[in-house]
Amino acid sequence: MITFESVSVRYADAAAPAVSGVDLKIPEGELCLLVGPSGSGKSTLLGAVSGLVPHFTGGELRGRVTVCGRDTRTHRPRDLADVVGTVGQDPLGHFVTDTVEDELAYGMESLGLPGDVMRRRVEETLDLLGLAELRDRPLVTLSGGQRQRVAIGSVLTVHPKVLVLDEPTSALDPGAAEEVLAVLQRLVHDLGTTVLLAEHRLERVVQYADQVVLLPGDGQQPVVGSPAEVMAVSPVFPPVVALGRAAGWRPLPLSVRDARRKAGPLRERLSSVPVPAATATEATGEPLAVLDRVGVRRDAVRALDGVSLTLRPGEVTALMGRNGAGKSTLLGSLVGLHTPSSGTVSVGGLTPHRAQPRTLLAQVGLVPQEPRDLLYCDTVAAECAAADGDGGATPGACRALVEHLLPGIGDDVHPRDLSEGQRLTLALAVVLTARPRLVLLDEPTRGLDYAAKARLVTILRELAEAGHGILLATHDVELAAELAHRTVILAEGELVADGPTAEVVVGSPAFAPQVAKIVGEGPWLTVPQVVDALGLS
Amino acid sequence: MKHSLHPGAWWLWALGLGTAASRTTDPLLLLLIAAVAGYVVAARRTDAPWARAYGVFLRLGLLVLGVRMLFFALLGSAIPGTHVLVTLPQVPLPHWAMGIRLGGPVTAEGLLFAAYEALRLAVLLACVGAANALANPARLLRSLPGALYEAGVAVVVALTFAPNLVADVQRLRAARRLRGRSERGVRALLSVGVPVLEGALERSVALAAAMDARGFGRQAGVPRRVRLATAALTLAGLLGCCVAAYGLLGADGATWALPLLGVAALAAGGGLVLGGRRATRTRYRPDRWDARAWLVAGSGVVVAAGMVWAGSGYGDALNPPPVPLAAPALPLVPAALVLLGLLPAFVAPAPAKRSSATATAAEEARK
Repeated sequence: MITFESVSVRYADAAAPAVSGVDLKIPEGELCLLVGPSGSGKSTLLGAVSGLVPHFTGGELRGRVTVCGRDTRTHRPRDLADVVGTVGQDPLGHFVTDTVEDELAYGMESLGLPGDVMRRRVEETLDLLGLAELRDRPLVTLSGGQRQRVAIGSVLTVHPKVLVLDEPTSALDPGAAEEVLAVLQRLVHDLGTTVLLAEHRLERVVQYADQVVLLPGDGQQPVVGSPAEVMAVSPVFPPVVALGRAAGWRPLPLSVRDARRKAGPLRERLSSVPVPAATATEATGEPLAVLDRVGVRRDAVRALDGVSLTLRPGEVTALMGRNGAGKSTLLGSLVGLHTPSSGTVSVGGLTPHRAQPRTLLAQVGLVPQEPRDLLYCDTVAAECAAADGDGGATPGACRALVEHLLPGIGDDVHPRDLSEGQRLTLALAVVLTARPRLVLLDEPTRGLDYAAKARLVTILRELAEAGHGILLATHDVELAAELAHRTVILAEGELVADGPTAEVVVGSPAFAPQVAKIVGEGPWLTVPQVVDALGLS
Repeated sequence: MKHSLHPGAWWLWALGLGTAASRTTDPLLLLLIAAVAGYVVAARRTDAPWARAYGVFLRLGLLVLGVRMLFFALLGSAIPGTHVLVTLPQVPLPHWAMGIRLGGPVTAEGLLFAAYEALRLAVLLACVGAANALANPARLLRSLPGALYEAGVAVVVALTFAPNLVADVQRLRAARRLRGRSERGVRALLSVGVPVLEGALERSVALAAAMDARGFGRQAGVPRRVRLATAALTLAGLLGCCVAAYGLLGADGATWALPLLGVAALAAGGGLVLGGRRATRTRYRPDRWDARAWLVAGSGVVVAAGMVWAGSGYGDALNPPPVPLAAPALPLVPAALVLLGLLPAFVAPAPAKRSSATATAAEEARK
């Protein structure tokens, strides 16, 4: 269905090709997963299939890419629109019209399908994706998972043979991600659609893949094979694979279900091992921030409703809950972006929405969901100098922090040209320059590869040990399991669970990490815990 | 969207009310027109974001009213009045600025006259707001002929970008607070200018890529001869229109200009139809012009026509003279005509009422 013949792509101002020498065949009706670190060329390969590379992005493409027998060199993206459906990372950027039904019809209108066919396919797609109740809704009022499903539906209506998706679940909560993946699987099984997707969150997708293409980066040849083969050698892998590798299971399990079948002996050994003393001793000390029955209304919606929470130094707290549950609002009200309609917020003795931004800076800092919002200047050096000025730090303090957190970021680089991980680190350094006692992060791992994520975990642990309080809103259950002493779950603006991470997440189908699901009993959440306890590896 | 009314009908109705408003300065009649428009909006608007347009336009109208009164008080008007309310200090101007007055006496007659004029403009704005609230402007553009489709898309994209831009500005101003800077004031607004524009540019590039990948701009193979004919017809038609307009404005052109205008319009129309052949697009669930659309549009047209007709019989009632001062009266026949504009509140299909917020919550809860 899709063939790459010694394909190399080099962008106009790049020193090295983005991908080189790719030979690849993806047969019809397969779900093919692209994995690899940031910057290894995943998006480039996806773009080459839809024809956007090189027709839209520029650059030079060598070799040959054919989709359904059509050569992408001679076919522009619009000429491939009837065989390839493309969904980018941000569904809102994909929408052309303003209501669900119109959006589903847009692609068919462009292709000139007759009215009765369009009507039938829209109805079918509404049912297939479970969107029937949303058909008249304006797109801006949809939640993240709903938007992603509409975006997929909008390309499905033209009945493409190939579906190309760039990180379809990264921005979604675990439940919404399951929904989207279920749809993709149904397409592959029932309609024989060929699906090519890139995704960093392997724990969510790898068990659904028929074929995995690993792009190691640095100009190395891609590794192609069955998921189990590739995962055995891949530098990026989900926790279930890590556990399988450590325990020496063959063939390597990819899903929690497979792993559970093999985990019987492991479970027995674990039950005889003394449970490690709870590492998260109850955090003490003066509270950094106290929320007392806080309610916030945004656009006539109760975004927060009677939330009480106390944050203490040295404690890492994970804030979880589905898209739109009020996580960002909670973080925002701690830094004074939202005025509570009831209850009180107190951060280091200050009331955030009344405090001067500058005085608040020493108490609490927030890294927003889009770290770029925090950066104004056109070079990293200028950004650091501005941060020193804002935070009242000695000149050079911010730059030294950047260097400590992630060495090797050039002074003259534009913040926009940094990778996701580098940009997050820069924003974090900018926030830390003012030495806030409480650090808040909103979805820090979105778009980060495993290496960048591991570095973030190290940094945050150091901060917590240095006595900072940390509150991170996240959909990433594995991150929470690894990092958080305490987990708080929000639903519909209300606090529904608050306690040590091991107690809160174990037993929850949505929020339990893979290791907890495999091992079952006991406070085991991460692979290192199990490995240490059993002396494996 | 199900059983929704043709957007053109709403616009005709609103323009009819607007025409009626432009024929009168009687404040009671003007307020009645605004009330009719407001009632229909309240009765028949949906929960969509664009349905909030009426309130925005009302506020804009009030602003116009205020600005107009302020300027009147400062600059005075030609209305001779005897009831001086207050005398502002007059600024002496050099003699070359003769005829312009800054400050001076403010009369009740003049103030009232200015208020009536401004009220008329405000009510016109309210009528446009009503049309925006009741009919999605994007859907109106969908009814354009195929050859003009791409221009229509450009307008739709621009319309959806404005709210995105506002959201970006708000988000980035909030982010300034996170850097310890004040988020209020002109400097804050200026400093987010560049990032907002960058963001808008990136979003447009992403949208262009998405549209291209979804088949925007696919063209049917049209024979060369047809393409040439399209170009020739369009060009000749437009040229003919220009020449005919020139002739009509001149003294002696009436004999040849009118036929030429007709022929040119036909040629341009032919060009549009032929040009539409290149577009392969079809239209999903095109809006049907049904009996209800006739009724809604008709009620607007009747109000407008009635008001024009009433202009001869009720001249003084529709445009009350500012001097001498008198309480405004409500002429009954024109008022009854205006009330015909309420018809859409009963014949137009009722929207499915539900707050989008609770709907989202219900949807989330269901999952």
